Amino acid sequence: MAVSGEELRIGVFVCECGLNIAGSLDCEAVRKYAETLPDVKVSVLNKYTCADPGQNEIKRYIKENNLNRVIVASCSPRMHEPTFRACVADVGVNPYLLEMVNLREHCSWVHLHDRKGATEKAKDMVKIGVARARFLEPQIEKEVPVTNKALVIGGGVAGIQTALDLADTGYQVYLVEKEPSIGGIMAQIDKTYPTMDCSI
Amino acid sequence: MMDVGRHPKIKLYAYSEVEKVSGYIGNFKVKVRKKARYVDETKCNVCGECVKVCPVAVPDEYQMGFSSRKAVYIQLPQAVPSSYLINMKDCLGNNPIACGKCAEVCDKKCIDYDMQDQFIDLEVGAIIVATGLDVYDPTQLDEYGYTRFENVITSLEFERLICAGGPTQGHFIRPKDHQTPKSIGFIQCVGSRMERRGNPYCSNVCCMNTVKDTVLLKDHYPDIEAKVFYMDIRAFGKGFEDLFKRSKEGGVKYIRGIPGDIEEDPKTGNLILTVENTTTGKIEKHNLEMLVLSIGFIPRLNPDPIQQLLTLSRTQDGFYLEAHPKLKPIDAPTKGVFFAGVAESPKDIKDSVTQASAAAARAGIILAQDKLTVEAITSIVDKELCTACEICYRACPFKSIIVDKEKKIPAEIIEAACAGCGTCGAECPFGAVTMRHFTDRQIFSQIDAILDENPEEKVVVFACNWCSYAGGDMAGISRLQYPTTSRLIRTMCSGRVDEQFVLYSFQKGAPVVLVSGCHFADCHYIDANRWTQRRVERLWDKLERKGIRPERLQLEWISAAEGQKFAKVMRVMEEMRKKVTKEEIEFTKKALSDLKPKGTKKVKVMAKATA
Repeated sequence: MAVSGEELRIGVFVCECGLNIAGSLDCEAVRKYAETLPDVKVSVLNKYTCADPGQNEIKRYIKENNLNRVIVASCSPRMHEPTFRACVADVGVNPYLLEMVNLREHCSWVHLHDRKGATEKAKDMVKIGVARARFLEPQIEKEVPVTNKALVIGGGVAGIQTALDLADTGYQVYLVEKEPSIGGIMAQIDKTYPTMDCSI
Repeated sequence: MMDVGRHPKIKLYAYSEVEKVSGYIGNFKVKVRKKARYVDETKCNVCGECVKVCPVAVPDEYQMGFSSRKAVYIQLPQAVPSSYLINMKDCLGNNPIACGKCAEVCDKKCIDYDMQDQFIDLEVGAIIVATGLDVYDPTQLDEYGYTRFENVITSLEFERLICAGGPTQGHFIRPKDHQTPKSIGFIQCVGSRMERRGNPYCSNVCCMNTVKDTVLLKDHYPDIEAKVFYMDIRAFGKGFEDLFKRSKEGGVKYIRGIPGDIEEDPKTGNLILTVENTTTGKIEKHNLEMLVLSIGFIPRLNPDPIQQLLTLSRTQDGFYLEAHPKLKPIDAPTKGVFFAGVAESPKDIKDSVTQASAAAARAGIILAQDKLTVEAITSIVDKELCTACEICYRACPFKSIIVDKEKKIPAEIIEAACAGCGTCGAECPFGAVTMRHFTDRQIFSQIDAILDENPEEKVVVFACNWCSYAGGDMAGISRLQYPTTSRLIRTMCSGRVDEQFVLYSFQKGAPVVLVSGCHFADCHYIDANRWTQRRVERLWDKLERKGIRPERLQLEWISAAEGQKFAKVMRVMEEMRKKVTKEEIEFTKKALSDLKPKGTKKVKVMAKATA
């Protein structure tokens, strides 16, 4: 049972990432193991989960099995959490009910020569992910208004260009320069390569 | 530069510094200190009468000290804003008895000795960091003789000497006798690509800068003999190879080898270089009348107030860390903050301009929206459990909690200001704070999953999202191998790691536990990891009192760039795990069996988690 009282229906999607994950651990064994974990209704193997066919499969399984928690056992959440959050949200699952298990950066890539050890660790990692997912709750991202003005710190060539581009787009820009004049190091240079023209 | 001054949508605050930044993406509040110029820039028309009467002369920074300026001065003739200012450190004083000459001659009455610094409050949606670079000081490379030998100058000094707006009106002379040299040498990679001194990275621009300098010299003085000493010429950009060819066709000699020693002929001031020409394998001596050291870039020197104000991190080379090296090279890890130019890494003008336009486009994505969604991972307080003790308020790096101890008003989180580090949750002694998406219940359940079976074979690792977890990612990307025993629990910040998580792990039979977070200056929640440190120190005491070896709890700071360190720490942890005996684990379980959860809520939580 979830915190809210609904029945937990967890789907686990194990990614091979081509050979990035499948090359150094037994993905099928991990998939099979996931089936034995509490509240897991489906456990699926994908070649590339982040690609459209992989994402479509997640959506299909969610719809067909009424999944309300999704585990993607693939790469770092720092890489693809936004991808899969959008994917599950697309079929009506709150994006915070997704949990990622980092089989690639934290397992297959760092245990290239220990297939057995890596597979056991991967199983454990999926188990930890499921344990966490069972207590996940939906979250709501609040909206805040945006001040459509920008601050540029530094008035060298980069700061000047950013300020001009933003101002030309129509936004109010504040440009703060610590020296008495803008120009930065560029203003000290005589001619600039490759055009050999004046820097100022 | 002029376009900035007259653009109706740009408000320029020159001679100003950012003092304070608060808020979050879309809604930053910024305090700017506009330093007193002592000259009213709105009235000054740069007539220059003040300069004529100023009796003070100091080295002119803009001209690299080759000429002098007055205490009242303009930084460069084309300055924007076009106005004089007085440097009060140089000025004889605002006492008319001491001087006061400039105020007397200024017809427009622009000069105000009593001018004060002004503070300006701004509200902005996005911030672009274009704080640039410092240049390497080659004085420490003693073999090159910079500052010891007059005719050894840096490439930036060269720019002023060849420039028509420079101290010599573009007549290129050497400092010792003010004569145009007949021969000149350039040494590349000064302070760059040096492992032991200077910096290990390539500064990107110095090769092409020297190529350009030689072309300029040959244009002005076709008979000058120019030699470039290099390890390899990196001329990879558009049009670069053509310019390099033009330099060689103009008669510039390129010699592959970095001089090991330079001596000065005291009579002539000429320089004798000893170099191994690595093309011929022979030791050569070159007699040159002048020498230019092609100096590299260095990041803005520490401590950089901007870094702290915006909670930015640096990569190992000292330049600012981007959100992702390939996919988000313009974004800072702090949302709503972007990089332009050398602040992020050494680059030339074209690349700086390119990145600047990209930063404008990235910032524009935020500015174009009326509303933004903000962090959902924030804290909530159970007011029934809260005793208004104010501990959470003290722990909160963003001060996003309202609570009043005296009036017994329980804590309330200002959600829009809460960044979601979870330090309040870890510090609350009454279990009144729940950290959304990283709840106690979720984390206890993860600990259970790790330690239910064969706990003696596992290393429990708490890793913060931004640095140590990312350091683990970096270890993976770099294929650094380490033992398979580690099991990670990710939290947004190490500040979230509750004492109870650690003690519970030991109680469940964990041989070793690691708490890892960002380095102190790098914490993405300002200084939340200082609370981690204090908490771990408390835990060490607690473990010791219970007769448990405190070394079994380790604390490590691992940055997102430190894949190697992450892998090394994992190996060390595994060595430690092997040394923990079964008896020791059993003893620990017993010693901690009376572990009392803080607050009534947590009793329930742990009971459930263990059920």
